[in-house]
Amino acid sequence: MEVIRSQKRTVSNDVVSTPTLPLYLTAPHMEVRLEEFELFAIDRLRVLKGVSDGLARARNPNEMDDLVETLWKEHMRLSNVSEMINKDIISHFVLRLVYCRSDELKKWFLSMETALFRHRFRLKKIEEQRAIVGEFGLPYKAVIGAELESLKERLGLVARSHGQISSDVENIYYKVPFEEVPDLVASRRVLLQKGFAFVAGTQLVSLVVTQFRSHLSKALILTNRKWTTTIREREKDRLTPIVEALSTSYLGPDYSQSNEYADISLKDIDQVSKSSFPLCMRHLFEKLREDHHLKHGGRMQLGLFLKGVGLKLDDALAFWREEFTKKVGSERFDKEYAYAIRHNYGKEGKRTDYTPYACSKIIISAPGAGDHHGCPYRHFSEDNLKAALSRMGLSSRGMEDVMDKVRNRHYQLACTLTFEAVYGTSCDTGINHPNQYFEESQKILKSKTPAAPV
Amino acid sequence: MTREETETSGEDMMIDDPKPKIENDFNVHYLRIYYGNLFPYTDIHKWLSYGHDGKHPGCDEYYFGRREFSFTLENDVYLRYKSFKNASLMEAAIKSNFPYKIDIGAVYSVDPDKRHAYAQSGTNLFTPVERELVFDIDITDYDDVRYCCSGADVCSKCWPLMTVAIKVIDTSLREDFGFKHILWVFSGRRGVHCWVCDAKARRLTNEQRSAVAEYFRVYKGNENNAKKVDLMGHSLHPFLARSYVDFLKSFFEGELQATQSIFSSKEKYEKILGMITDEDIQADLRGKWENSARSSLSEEATSLLRWEQLKKALQSKRNKALSLRTCVEEIVFTFTYPRIDLEVSKQMNHLLKAPFCVHPKTGRVCVPIDPNNCDEFDPLAVPTLSQLIEEINSGGLRMDVDDDDSDSSLLGKSIKFFRSSFLEPLLKSCKEEIESSYKTKIAKTKDSFSW
Repeated sequence: MEVIRSQKRTVSNDVVSTPTLPLYLTAPHMEVRLEEFELFAIDRLRVLKGVSDGLARARNPNEMDDLVETLWKEHMRLSNVSEMINKDIISHFVLRLVYCRSDELKKWFLSMETALFRHRFRLKKIEEQRAIVGEFGLPYKAVIGAELESLKERLGLVARSHGQISSDVENIYYKVPFEEVPDLVASRRVLLQKGFAFVAGTQLVSLVVTQFRSHLSKALILTNRKWTTTIREREKDRLTPIVEALSTSYLGPDYSQSNEYADISLKDIDQVSKSSFPLCMRHLFEKLREDHHLKHGGRMQLGLFLKGVGLKLDDALAFWREEFTKKVGSERFDKEYAYAIRHNYGKEGKRTDYTPYACSKIIISAPGAGDHHGCPYRHFSEDNLKAALSRMGLSSRGMEDVMDKVRNRHYQLACTLTFEAVYGTSCDTGINHPNQYFEESQKILKSKTPAAPV
Repeated sequence: MTREETETSGEDMMIDDPKPKIENDFNVHYLRIYYGNLFPYTDIHKWLSYGHDGKHPGCDEYYFGRREFSFTLENDVYLRYKSFKNASLMEAAIKSNFPYKIDIGAVYSVDPDKRHAYAQSGTNLFTPVERELVFDIDITDYDDVRYCCSGADVCSKCWPLMTVAIKVIDTSLREDFGFKHILWVFSGRRGVHCWVCDAKARRLTNEQRSAVAEYFRVYKGNENNAKKVDLMGHSLHPFLARSYVDFLKSFFEGELQATQSIFSSKEKYEKILGMITDEDIQADLRGKWENSARSSLSEEATSLLRWEQLKKALQSKRNKALSLRTCVEEIVFTFTYPRIDLEVSKQMNHLLKAPFCVHPKTGRVCVPIDPNNCDEFDPLAVPTLSQLIEEINSGGLRMDVDDDDSDSSLLGKSIKFFRSSFLEPLLKSCKEEIESSYKTKIAKTKDSFSW
């Protein structure tokens, strides 16, 4: 891809003949204007951000299909098809440069591009889908004859276990090694027999998405290498500043450095937990005080939150030690738990200073037996959630509004409404990070009683 | 693990004591004798070499040396990234450290103890390359459905939960996933571990392991939600249906009722009523059961009767709500379906305790369990360190585990089982694979020279 300053853009004819869903397998040969370099990337970023929001709201696959279609039309549409394809390809490759530069950026980009690809694929007709499968060169054969007969009944059971009533029976099944379709295996959407999964025609998306993801993941590593060895230096007056600006414009504050509002000390922590913690952290905190223990997921979620809130490492160690030693004894605490706390603060192991979890990450976590982490708006039963909300001081009217959002799976909006009810103000930006909730809460409380600790 | 429980001086055992000898003693002295004479070094080495014994040109002589081990020593000192070039070095290290626990990790791209010479990113990575697919089932994860014990305890009433778990998972690993070389091991106190050793399993990525673990996952919950098993849809997935029909249903209606009496008290049956989404049925059953509280039936008979009443009540309303249709199965699954520790299975770098270690709290050896005979397995009859030492003292002076009649000794039986049903078939298959991939390689290089 050549970036030029001229007004004219020449486009190679090869691009037009590719199908309407590019696989981004190789960088295209085309010239791109410098302005388009940035603008196309920004438009695609808007799409990816929209995808990210959709996933955080736990939208179901059909809703995501619609969302992607809307986002694509809104940001990526151009007057003719070949122009659209060019923009698609160019913007993808520019963003590869932007997002290859760190593990966190790579992970985010990989997730969003894969999700985007998945839903664009689902929107295609079956013939187009099969053509795309062919493009990847996948060697899977359809199941026929006696083998198909022997499987028919169980294949029907699988379909019905996911709500498909037998009238729309699948006609074609592909026999695929189970490793190739991990997401279908995980959700038990396929029949397994002796190491093979029987993938329906309508489930082809899983196969291609796995391929897409794996390919993009490897490509990002190569891109990163090229970037650090040659491109960054070579382009330091031209593309590099654009690339660096593009990534920071879209990641919100990560709360890894606490600000002036948020230094808390141990003696205030109980009071602060009642006055300013969002429900997820308040629950974890209460359970910790009650059980003198939290399982790993809870320790991570609460521990990193406290770090973001301003709890220093020494205070954190003292805090956790105070609780855990009531149950496991101080030696065991030192041996088994202290290391992990220091690890979270970047003082052990590979010394990564971990960032507190945003709502999107907390919502998609999966608390199991004995766990208390996760998002209460998502993971609690209705009764338990109502009880917790009433302990936070919500009236029954306020609670109904919140529960309404919960039933529609708008978990972050539910938390925002809770915030608004508790503090009596509106929160226009919406809550998308527990530390944001805390900081906003502290701002409000301090403005009311500037001198007293809150 | 508190200090007090693990340190008892050797001298105590010599004191004449009118009380029966405590068999679960664990001390360093006995541990030394165990690792000096009984631990099956050669078998473990053969297993983890997967056929790379240097006898075939296709062997990778450095394979064993790239496996990570970790030792937990007497004072809770934890040593990671240990690796050994061969069996004698491994044996020597164990005999000089006498670890309380030995864990087995992954096979890495380079020797773990040389990892610092390699980068963390880019090329020349230090990264896991192969690792068995492993599962860990711990009975404490069932505490909300077992009434005889809780926490670290286990007894003959609740152990059958582990037996059922083994049957369900083992069958699925073989029938659904096509795996063949599966080793089940007693964890020493209150659970079981599973090692799937097929080459395909060892090469699975973290994402693929996660997929298998999620395939097995049914129980989703904690005390914050009332219904922890949600089997939606108009039918069960064939895997769940098979598990239900072949194992879970009969276990629930038979042994479980006898050992746990899950309906016999108000507290117990309220938990089950909470899983029925229809309030009328709940109230109806509650009324019946509160009134019959003073019946003359045994606990077990009461439980069975109430279960029949519940099933009947649900049957009559089956067609009214989809959620009621699977309610019976959901209750059965909640009480009986395996609960694996997902985190253990998902990552290649997760370490797991080695078979034939001794559990410091119980003194019991982590012996293999035969999945085809797991009903016979009794965790409270597993040989302990003291028993083994006594056997050495009273019987022959040397426990020669290569003896033909070694299955007469306490440990010999387990070792023989390990060899015949797991190790030998595994090694045979490994050899075949090494040979065939070698042949392929040779053929390829031949081709590349053809003009």
